[in-house]
Amino acid sequence: RLHGRYHEMAPNVVPMDYTKDPDVKLPMQLIINMPELKENPFKERIVASFSEDGEGSLSFNDFVDMFSVLSEMAPRELKAIYAFKIYDFNTDNFICKADLEKTLNKLTREELTAEEITLVCEKVIEEADMDGDGKLGFADFENMISKAPDFLRYYFKKK
Amino acid sequence: SFSREAQIFVEKFEGALGKGKGKKFYAYKVMMTKKWMKFQRDFENFKTACIPWEMKIKEIESHFGSSVASYFIFLRWMYGINMILFGLTFGLVMVPEALMGKPYGSLPRKTVPRAEEATAMNFATLWDFSGFAQYSVLFYGYYNNQRTIGWLKFRMPLSYFLVGVGSIGYSFMIVTRTMAKNANDDGGGDDTSFNFSWKMFTSWDYLIGNPETADNKFASITTSFKEAIVEEQESRKEENIHLTRFLRVLANFLALCTLAGSGYLIFFVVRRSQQFALEGLENYGWWERNEVNTVMSLLGMFCPTLFDVISSLENYHPRIALRWQLGRIFALFLGNLYTFIIALMDEINLKARYLLPFTLEEEKIVKYNMTIWEASLYNGTIPENSTAPPIQVDPADVPRGPCWETMVGQEFVRLTVSDMMTTYITILIGDFLRAVFVRFFNYCWCWDLEYGFPSYSEFDISGNVLGLIFNQGMIWMGSFYAPCLPAINVFRLHTSMYLQCWAVMCCNVPQERVFKASRSNNFYMAMLLFILFLSTLPAVYTIVSIPPSFDCGPFSGKTRMYEVISETLEHDFPSWFGKVFGYASNPGLILPFILLMVLSLYYLNATSKSYKEANLELKKKLQSVRIEN
Repeated sequence: RLHGRYHEMAPNVVPMDYTKDPDVKLPMQLIINMPELKENPFKERIVASFSEDGEGSLSFNDFVDMFSVLSEMAPRELKAIYAFKIYDFNTDNFICKADLEKTLNKLTREELTAEEITLVCEKVIEEADMDGDGKLGFADFENMISKAPDFLRYYFKKK
Repeated sequence: SFSREAQIFVEKFEGALGKGKGKKFYAYKVMMTKKWMKFQRDFENFKTACIPWEMKIKEIESHFGSSVASYFIFLRWMYGINMILFGLTFGLVMVPEALMGKPYGSLPRKTVPRAEEATAMNFATLWDFSGFAQYSVLFYGYYNNQRTIGWLKFRMPLSYFLVGVGSIGYSFMIVTRTMAKNANDDGGGDDTSFNFSWKMFTSWDYLIGNPETADNKFASITTSFKEAIVEEQESRKEENIHLTRFLRVLANFLALCTLAGSGYLIFFVVRRSQQFALEGLENYGWWERNEVNTVMSLLGMFCPTLFDVISSLENYHPRIALRWQLGRIFALFLGNLYTFIIALMDEINLKARYLLPFTLEEEKIVKYNMTIWEASLYNGTIPENSTAPPIQVDPADVPRGPCWETMVGQEFVRLTVSDMMTTYITILIGDFLRAVFVRFFNYCWCWDLEYGFPSYSEFDISGNVLGLIFNQGMIWMGSFYAPCLPAINVFRLHTSMYLQCWAVMCCNVPQERVFKASRSNNFYMAMLLFILFLSTLPAVYTIVSIPPSFDCGPFSGKTRMYEVISETLEHDFPSWFGKVFGYASNPGLILPFILLMVLSLYYLNATSKSYKEANLELKKKLQSVRIEN
């Protein structure tokens, strides 16, 4: 079924037969227009974090990986790993203040004023940063997410 | 590394992939679990969809914040109560009378008098609730006082009395129960250690695929952030305690002055109007004639704005400021009402001293007239000591006695209808036309209409909540005399919900500082309880102390309305029951019972306090344990 979806996005590029393991990648533009991702403010980041070459093109394997992590059956730790990747805009393995500002702007579609944004980002770092380096490492993120009641609910995906 | 994890996953769940033993059973188990989870989700969705207006309120909440939404949740709750009251009055009073009681035109009290017949069907008369509307199941006066009606032997007067008392009892019970439930919810409290982080990372719903839903979700996330920001700013405020305290004392002093001033103004104006009345109203123009009404309306319009200005001195959290505002406006309305009544008290006293003997006199006169009139029918045709068949007289021609209960009921109904009209017109003009004006005239106006004056209006939470509460007070006061009131109110609330939801989304803008309403709404409930108590006092007083009209209603002929209970006990229950009831209503038994209730109240209060303290201690311990880890 997933293969069907992958195929119908670019029928002239994607072969029906995968036994010979062809090297086919679909560009980001096609993927983010899928109905499941279209309304998501983080769609570019989602696709980028599953892409092996970091540019946002997904091979079929990457495509399957993406939907598995977003599905109900994926374990919590896995979801946390990929959520961290999604929110890490500059891919330095830390969620720093600039990443937080970008996340916030995407979430509120830039409706908040500059001082409100600064206030929120400061509060987030104050709440979640355990090792005191001014940014969130994966350990901080995992610690905070594991206690959240809503996390699993909103990361479910229907097939 | 991901493919390694995938391999481990596959090995673990071999059975599901069709290899290894037990594959069929395993596949079946997995399918059933999936189906069950899907069913649970669908059922939850269905339950949420059944709650009326839930989608509308969620939409308003996402754009305007939880405080505005709390008004609409309160409105929906009131609608539920009014539906139950409507069910009681409609099903147990109006329908039995309509189906099994004597039909229109059979009795004098059920017929439009000959004098009024010509105009009885006019729209103007019906709008005023006279004419045919008055002589129908809608009002008290229509009901007959026979003990049972129809083949079911339905006890109409008893049912009327019990429905009246039962509505009040039910209202008290439901308000208190909701307050208790809200207090329970509040006690939970939430874990706010990662408040902002959770809002940032877990608020987006990855299942959203619909653009409109996405819009609402963005708005609700933004509003949620704004609310949390307000809370944070409030908690960070640097307070100069002495200055703040001084300013707050000053503000309260000013508010008290305003209240006292408005009370005195009303007193003065009412006295003046009595003066005018004494000298004859024809000598004075429109202002003198309507002085009292206009002054009260103007006070009602301007004093709340004044309170708003005063509250800016106080620098409270917006939620607390709203409560002070509500409390002050409430005190203003009550104070105005009481000064009005006190100022009239002299007049009422005079009138009462004259009126009461008059009403008794009037009764005697009417009864006398009726006997004379009957005698005139038989005039000369029948000797005095024989019984003759009664002459058929059209009930419309029979002279009628006064019926104050119906008049009171009519006043309440008129008040409710006019209040409804005023609210709708205010919304249409004050909000809608203003928004249209600002939007379209902005292009050709000297200053920027949208940012300066008048700009779009904000939703006035306190005004609307108080309006709702006072309106409900009117309903409680009047529904004993006009069983149609709950029905009118259900209609009013239903249309109000749609009209106001539309008006809010279309013409209002969110407030500057959006704040999170306290989850409980207990403040509104407390005011409602107070108003309920005040509104039921008049009805209870009339039931216990004033004799019912002799010529109309289900209690005509009795000296007091509550006698219907003793009558029922005599006729319908075995005699020992009556004796037991007599013993139970002995003051010697009732006083110790009241004492017992007061003591148990005190005990329960003390235990609940100690539980709350234990709860807080446990929470603190939990927090310190978590920090250690």
